[in-house]
Amino acid sequence: MRHASRYLFVVPALVVVLATAFWPLARALALAFQEWQLAKADAPAWLWTPADGFAHVADLWLNFERMAEDPLVWNAVQVTVFFTIATVVLTVGFGLALALLLSRGGPLKSLLRAILILPFVMSPALIGVSWRFMFNPEHGLFSALARPLGGAVADALGSATLAPWVVVSADVWHWVPYTTLMFMAALAVVPRDALEAARMDGATPWQGFRDITFPHLVPTLAVAAVLKCIFSLKAFDLIYTITGGGPGNATQVLSHYVYFQGFKYFDLGYASALSFLLIVPMALLAWLYIRLSYRVPA
Amino acid sequence: MNGTRLPTLRVLEFAATFLACAVILVPIYWILSNGFKSLVDVFALKWLFAPTLENFQRIFAAPFSIGEKLANSLIVSLAAVAIAVPVATLAAYAFSRFALRGARGLVLAIVFSQFIPPVVIVLPYFLLFRDLGLYDTRIGLALVELALVTPFAVLMLKSTIDQIPREVEEAAAMDGATRLRIILDIVAPLAASGIITAALLCFILTWNDFLFALILTSKDAVTLPVGLAMFGGEEGVLWHLISAGGTLLMLPMLLLSLHIQKYYLEGSFAGVDR
Repeated sequence: MRHASRYLFVVPALVVVLATAFWPLARALALAFQEWQLAKADAPAWLWTPADGFAHVADLWLNFERMAEDPLVWNAVQVTVFFTIATVVLTVGFGLALALLLSRGGPLKSLLRAILILPFVMSPALIGVSWRFMFNPEHGLFSALARPLGGAVADALGSATLAPWVVVSADVWHWVPYTTLMFMAALAVVPRDALEAARMDGATPWQGFRDITFPHLVPTLAVAAVLKCIFSLKAFDLIYTITGGGPGNATQVLSHYVYFQGFKYFDLGYASALSFLLIVPMALLAWLYIRLSYRVPA
Repeated sequence: MNGTRLPTLRVLEFAATFLACAVILVPIYWILSNGFKSLVDVFALKWLFAPTLENFQRIFAAPFSIGEKLANSLIVSLAAVAIAVPVATLAAYAFSRFALRGARGLVLAIVFSQFIPPVVIVLPYFLLFRDLGLYDTRIGLALVELALVTPFAVLMLKSTIDQIPREVEEAAAMDGATRLRIILDIVAPLAASGIITAALLCFILTWNDFLFALILTSKDAVTLPVGLAMFGGEEGVLWHLISAGGTLLMLPMLLLSLHIQKYYLEGSFAGVDR
């Protein structure tokens, strides 16, 4: 029985994870096949029960059918794909560049190292509120800087083409420290002797980077990209506080659209069905992440 | 790289470093400074100004009552940390030391649970809390915040405890000490730096959380980030007051970050992904 008692150590944590993650996931899965508009009903009702007869079994999929016909869903998918690709490429790219910059000595480097983490510990909601202010067409700092470029640029938040980039810039500002720290940790274990030997053999710094440093960074690069993809799919606070999904639906990402249907229209069945557009790619990415980081020892 | 041969590269590198520092600091300075400016100076985009504490006096008074939101944020974050860290330490110890059957599957389930979108987690809890009377309460919010911090703390503390050699526990085990004693008296002190860092990161995650508080509170349990986002609507543009509140929200995090950064740069990055 000694062994059984050992499980008691993990039980509290498992209870918490089950209750706060897997129960809501299962509940949302069930809700996707139910109809529940808070304004109309006190309790959820299955879209189909055996009492309705098997001829109507397809009714279970009504929420998903509605999704297929909702033009805003396709819009949200496109906006989410744009937001995810742009933020992943930029955070990983800038993170790598900053880590390389910080791997060498030089003026201002210790200052940069000291303040690097600050954007990451700031509340995304506060970043969002501040960004909205900085891009305020009349009083904002960026708008003042951008005014010489023309009125349209100064009113970036009112423009369907520029507003997504404003949101991307806030997200990148918040996340670059995280990827930079990942790359700094990876750079710390690049073999110095190999770089030194290559230099002795007459390799240029670029060749040293390409043939020795970069191959060492590839696993970190992959993990960073997958993790950032997941974080980008989850992003909500910045969109809510900067644009609220607008102008029009130009920044209406999926996580915000789920919120919109669930907590503005209180259409919980439909919101749950929509959330599967997030859960499915997220599960694939999580699987990929686990493959990359928790490899079974060969 | 040879500095004498490539002076242009040096200059470019310096320019890039300078630019990076500016990009990080300007928005932070913008918030901090606006918190101490009068509204006129805020709109004039002044870099130098006569600082005033008036904004802070105003946000602590009604109708903003930022003090209540500050207290809510503090209580919710501390409660989440107080539950998550002991629970996670026990689990991390067991995953690190015991050969539990199915341990790998359980760890992977915990990893996976971190990736469930928060908007999915909050939806069923919104409905449940309405029925249980936990909607708009600090305890309800703190319980849901555990979703953000528990998996993260388990994984981080597991990698911390993995690095402590098993031998240090053997003498105590021979003397017949219970596992709990060993954890408290031997493992916890050795893992102290990791446990403190995990606690601080959990505190930061909860303190900064927006979505859960936005949906699960409305009046009594509203936290600081949600309170700030709601400032705007009440009487038009209140950037000076938002910035003062933002300063209160941001300052504790900036102070805690000094410790976190030191830990990251010295230790490994393993297991530290939210």
